[in-house]
Amino acid sequence: MSEELKKVATGFEPKIMAFVCNWCTYAGADLAGTSRMEYKDNVRIIKLPCTGRIDPLFIIKAFENGADGVLVSGCHPGDCHYTTGNYHARRRWRAFKNLMDFTGIDETRLQFSWVSASEALKWVDLINKVTTQVKAAGPFIEYQGLSEKYDDGLGELPAETEGESKEC
Amino acid sequence: MSRIGVFVCQCGNNIESTVDTGQVASDMKEMPGVVFSCTYKFMCSSPGQEMVRQAIKDKRLDGIVVSACSPHMHEKTFRKASESAGLNPYKCEIVNIREQCSWVHHDTTKKIGTRKSNDLTRMIIERLKKNKPLKKINIPVNKKALVIGGGIAGIQAALDIADGGREVILVEREPSIGGNMARLSETFPTMDCSQCILTPKMVEAELHDKIKILTYSEVEKLDGYIGNFTVTIKKKAKYVDESTCTGCGECMEKCPFKADSEFELGLNKRKVIYTPFPQAVPNIPVIDAPNCVMLTKGKCGICAKVCGPGSIDFEQKDEFIEEQVGAVVVATGYDLMPNERFGEYGYGKIKDVVSGMQFERLASSSGPTGGQIFRPSDGKVPEQIVFLQCIGSRDEAKGVSYCSKICCMYTAKHTMLYKHKVHDGQAYVFYMDIRAGGKRYEEFTRRAQEQEDAMYLRGRVARIYERDGKVVVQGADTLSGTQVVIEADMVVLATALVSRPGADSLAQKLGIGYDKYKFYNEYHPKLKPVETVTAGIFLSGACVGPMDIPESVSMGSASASKVLALFSSDEMAREPIVAAVNKQRCNACWDCVVACPYTAIEKEEVKDRQGNVIGWNANVNEGVCQGCGVCVAACRSKVVDLAGYTDEQVFAAINAF
Repeated sequence: MSEELKKVATGFEPKIMAFVCNWCTYAGADLAGTSRMEYKDNVRIIKLPCTGRIDPLFIIKAFENGADGVLVSGCHPGDCHYTTGNYHARRRWRAFKNLMDFTGIDETRLQFSWVSASEALKWVDLINKVTTQVKAAGPFIEYQGLSEKYDDGLGELPAETEGESKEC
Repeated sequence: MSRIGVFVCQCGNNIESTVDTGQVASDMKEMPGVVFSCTYKFMCSSPGQEMVRQAIKDKRLDGIVVSACSPHMHEKTFRKASESAGLNPYKCEIVNIREQCSWVHHDTTKKIGTRKSNDLTRMIIERLKKNKPLKKINIPVNKKALVIGGGIAGIQAALDIADGGREVILVEREPSIGGNMARLSETFPTMDCSQCILTPKMVEAELHDKIKILTYSEVEKLDGYIGNFTVTIKKKAKYVDESTCTGCGECMEKCPFKADSEFELGLNKRKVIYTPFPQAVPNIPVIDAPNCVMLTKGKCGICAKVCGPGSIDFEQKDEFIEEQVGAVVVATGYDLMPNERFGEYGYGKIKDVVSGMQFERLASSSGPTGGQIFRPSDGKVPEQIVFLQCIGSRDEAKGVSYCSKICCMYTAKHTMLYKHKVHDGQAYVFYMDIRAGGKRYEEFTRRAQEQEDAMYLRGRVARIYERDGKVVVQGADTLSGTQVVIEADMVVLATALVSRPGADSLAQKLGIGYDKYKFYNEYHPKLKPVETVTAGIFLSGACVGPMDIPESVSMGSASASKVLALFSSDEMAREPIVAAVNKQRCNACWDCVVACPYTAIEKEEVKDRQGNVIGWNANVNEGVCQGCGVCVAACRSKVVDLAGYTDEQVFAAINAF
């Protein structure tokens, strides 16, 4: 990251989107609440039936909408409510992470972890860890900057996606 | 434009203390499509629910968002309330601002909590705008059950289902039902004779007018889904006409050829036309085709000549039976680990080293020795007998990592059976730990040691060899720290319980999970111990893992109660969270078929008007689909979608982030 960007990062609070499965991680996050644990408030959860439902497009869309980091979390291997959904998720995540690495994006922006319904403490530690790491990585300006920097000779890209994200 | 109502719950002070619910309500009111918002102290209380119902009616809401506790708590409550006010229950969404917001952010200035609640609620409002009204799926239920395995667990399940008034097909691989329990001499801890308590149940099952027993049969194929399975059963040729055979036994008497008895585990011979044991149910013999001279060489045929009713039919062929059932109980039981793996204990080389199950046959009054304990080599009464426990169990290197659970108990029982029959004899037991958890179990093992004179030595045996007609056992007694050499007459190995051969291929036919030892997986090991991941298929007995008779019987009854509950109504309603394929755009790559963990996606033919197949597409079977959504993410052309979690809904939520 350039010095210029680091300056922007001072006092910055990252936005993190979490895609979690309904049966393990969502219940684990509920348990953290029931146990009145405390963690950083940067994460917004989207509940899905299974991590296997997660389409890589969801992750791209989250980044497009201004997420500085994305977290994917589901049942431990072998514990999937739907037998094998989390294995599909793991495979897709690995491939996607490689793609991110290839395009030069900091890998800490996409994180993956198994959190079971009883692992409230693991959830709390995970959120705190991910938040700290994404914070250190700084705002995800590269993504937003893409549309401005990229010149394919066809003129300016329509600004609709950008407008949408700002509206929210 | 939508007409959405937002209801923000204060949950007493649980939410209100860190979230300004009034602020959330007024902020959300500004959202496009939101026409009503309010807060209340306890939204889940009766007046709270009434408020929701009233608002739906008065404001003509077409969707509601309740910002409150986790959907795992009250989603059902509010969906029910919506339904009673005439709103489709799937147009009601819950935002979790308690467990995942107010309880985990302790900022009493309410800034953090309010901001996060706003974000979460906004995301769900956008999601809700894309929600489609869904209807519960009703599936007809065929009220007939299939029980696979005719051991004690299967018999119990079949009897309980049949007593509940439903028809049962009981499929058994062997020529008779009874399973492993039929082999046992006496049972711990009560020492009642196994056959005496089992055979009445076998006969009851045979005579029950709701139970159809298919012995010498195996499940070939299972198609369909809960309430609507089609099973294909292979009925192997018995070469005996079951409808006319009277079970007189004349054929078995006159048959001149013999083979090793499977039931007696090689300790005895049986005729080539045989029933495995005298109390067999059904009492109809089968011909062991590979050993029958008539079937292999076309000579003999004595059985046909002596058979009064003329039931012998050498032309009989394997038969395939198709049955429609609504539920399946799997009770295929266990096997013993082949002792041949343990060369250092001399099994297979030394005749007087037997397995625990073989000892059961020696001790059984219906066994090859008539209940007298003789050594297999020369028929002498063993004066010193050594029992070795944990052969293969708790031994990851050579056997299995788990404890076989019943060996401590049956070895204690064996020492007693031996003592009761050979009063001057001495029994030794080499053990690792005594595991006797169970009602009256600990007392039982104490009795073996204290009253029945069994000598328990804590330690392992290094080697067993033959010398001067004796079986010499060399081991260690770790409690006294000495080496022990016992010149025994006979050695009994308590070998590990393992899954049945072919357990994995049956699991694949049924679509249920199994572990690395090929024991079947329960849906949940504690809370759903008899269910499997495939709805409508239940588990009983030792096919799940080592277990004793009382546990197997309990599981049999538990499965039966699940089956009867399923059969209690003509139709079964289930959540409409299932995948669907847009068939116009499906290009039949079958990525979804490969990805689906439930084999819920079928390859469907596309036909023209003349009935010619012109193409293929994927089709989701709503009865089988469990709604995980793996196929949706796997589909390359984005033509599969999951009701309740459509791409549109998820993207709407992300866009509102």
